Amino acid sequence: MTALQTRLEASEDAPRAAKRRRRPRVTPGSALVYFAAFALALLWLVPFLWALTTSFKPETEASLGQPIHWIPREWSLEGYRILFERGEHVTWMVNSTVVSTIVTALTLGMCVLAAYGFSRLDFPGKKVVYGVVLAGIMVPAEALIIPLFDVVSALRLVDTYWGLALPQTVAPVMIFILKRFFDAIPRDYEEAARIDGAGHLRVLRSVILPLSGPILAAVGIFTFIGSWNNFLWPLLVANDPSIMTLPVGLGVVARGYGLLYAQNMAAAVLGALPLLIVFLIFQKQIVKGVAGVGLK
Amino acid sequence: MSTDTATPAAASTADRPPSPAPARAPKRRSWLGLWFVLPFLAVYAVFMLWPMLLGLYYSFTDKSLTGRPVEWIGLANWAEAFGDPAAMDSLWNTARFTVLSTPPLVILGLAFALLAHRARRIGWFLRLSFFAPFVIPVSVVTMIWLWMYQPAGGLINHYLGEWGLGGDRLWAFQEDAMGSVVATTVWWTLGFNFLLYLAALQTIPAEVYEAADIDGANSLQKLWGITLPLLKRTTALVIVLQLIASLRIFDQYYLMAGGAANLATENVFIQYIYNSGFVGFRIGYASALSYILFVCIIVIALIQFRLLSRRED
Repeated sequence: MTALQTRLEASEDAPRAAKRRRRPRVTPGSALVYFAAFALALLWLVPFLWALTTSFKPETEASLGQPIHWIPREWSLEGYRILFERGEHVTWMVNSTVVSTIVTALTLGMCVLAAYGFSRLDFPGKKVVYGVVLAGIMVPAEALIIPLFDVVSALRLVDTYWGLALPQTVAPVMIFILKRFFDAIPRDYEEAARIDGAGHLRVLRSVILPLSGPILAAVGIFTFIGSWNNFLWPLLVANDPSIMTLPVGLGVVARGYGLLYAQNMAAAVLGALPLLIVFLIFQKQIVKGVAGVGLK
Repeated sequence: MSTDTATPAAASTADRPPSPAPARAPKRRSWLGLWFVLPFLAVYAVFMLWPMLLGLYYSFTDKSLTGRPVEWIGLANWAEAFGDPAAMDSLWNTARFTVLSTPPLVILGLAFALLAHRARRIGWFLRLSFFAPFVIPVSVVTMIWLWMYQPAGGLINHYLGEWGLGGDRLWAFQEDAMGSVVATTVWWTLGFNFLLYLAALQTIPAEVYEAADIDGANSLQKLWGITLPLLKRTTALVIVLQLIASLRIFDQYYLMAGGAANLATENVFIQYIYNSGFVGFRIGYASALSYILFVCIIVIALIQFRLLSRRED
């Protein structure tokens, strides 16, 4: 350990020239690394590819199964056609979009306001209140479902968008993340606006928020993905198939249609697609967001 | 409040000379900040704090989903929970899933990150391929995997048979479905640990390795002597996060039960809570079970909290 430390300290004095990155040489070792990495990445894609090619087979060919062949002998959109004719899939997709949008908008709105309050304003009992909010980070949602269902049904929100969405907007960890980010913004930036007589809402909108783009994007994207993929709560609170979200609809209703693999895989492909697109667009923010958990 | 006690108090404050200029707080304290925090506090109170208190209360009652009057029954639910073999079996299954899924998810996460860190020129492709499953809804994941696990026509069984490992029976997954749920979970969630490790690897300065190069260390020595010790904190964090995630196992187990997997009579703990509450209508009993889960997770979350706060020092 100490040897490493002295090395670390010594390396800080190392001449800058040594810092220049050497061009990677192609050695047998690095070729092996590239080969292994590439093979694993392909292996990881197999389930996607298998679902995709199955979805383009006619049902008779897909469900027969054997012998295994990757490329459809006969390309067909039958699975997708049946899916759209039945129409449920579209309904669930719309429901998921509505619920996730409500959750994301409300979470961002409430958490930004609260984080600003905790970061920039002083009010009686602030420390205690913030402590209670932080404690909420540790509470597993799964352990609350029983009484939560009782509360939501007392509010007559079962089988409604609000019943699905509101409990998911409680995200104390997002307040923690946003407050820490706001805390790091130097106060000097706000002074000028404050001297001009701007109120706190104005400061938040025209000083803090423009400086917080990346963190707002990260919080927004993670909230959206989390809500879209939430399974247990929507499973409890959406009993009517017309109000179900996509994961619940696919898991509960579509499973009942039995072993129709072309159709099932078409549903899987369509179910995966929206978030894969979100992921492809926001890959950088998502990767950074996950990384942030470990670095901070 | 009686006037007897109120009057002297009021009098004493009135008698007190006006306080001198506040010496301690240059910052203005006002109730304004509370308005910013209030919208969140409202939903937090209704959908988290209140259910927590309600659940604790229900755990001491015979509250039922059928809505008959609630009666206080003391510790009966708690005593029943610890003596209920089905509850303990499901808790054991959750523990088994946690023990089986955590090592591969941590070790493979690290291994994949080490590979991706060295194979930098295809880094974007590796990140895409390893992390993409993580953003897919769980029911899509289980649909695809149940299809791959099918004994007849399933991809996995086919290749295992072709390589002489399975014949026409599903190798390893036939007797005990836990293995298939673990394998699916590894594919689905590995990307998260992978990214945590990859980010940590990228913060290690290149100079550290250059110093070792001068000393003539080989790759393996650098891995054991430099990389792994520097990843100690990340590993602690990854393990704790993974333990919490694995203890919360429900979705994939629930969705795979009754499919290819042979789970009809087996449960994980959250599924048992769910069944007690929503199939058996016993909200009081399910609340007591919930609190057992709650305590298990909180204990590990507290460790995480300590890890994170130590990091901030």
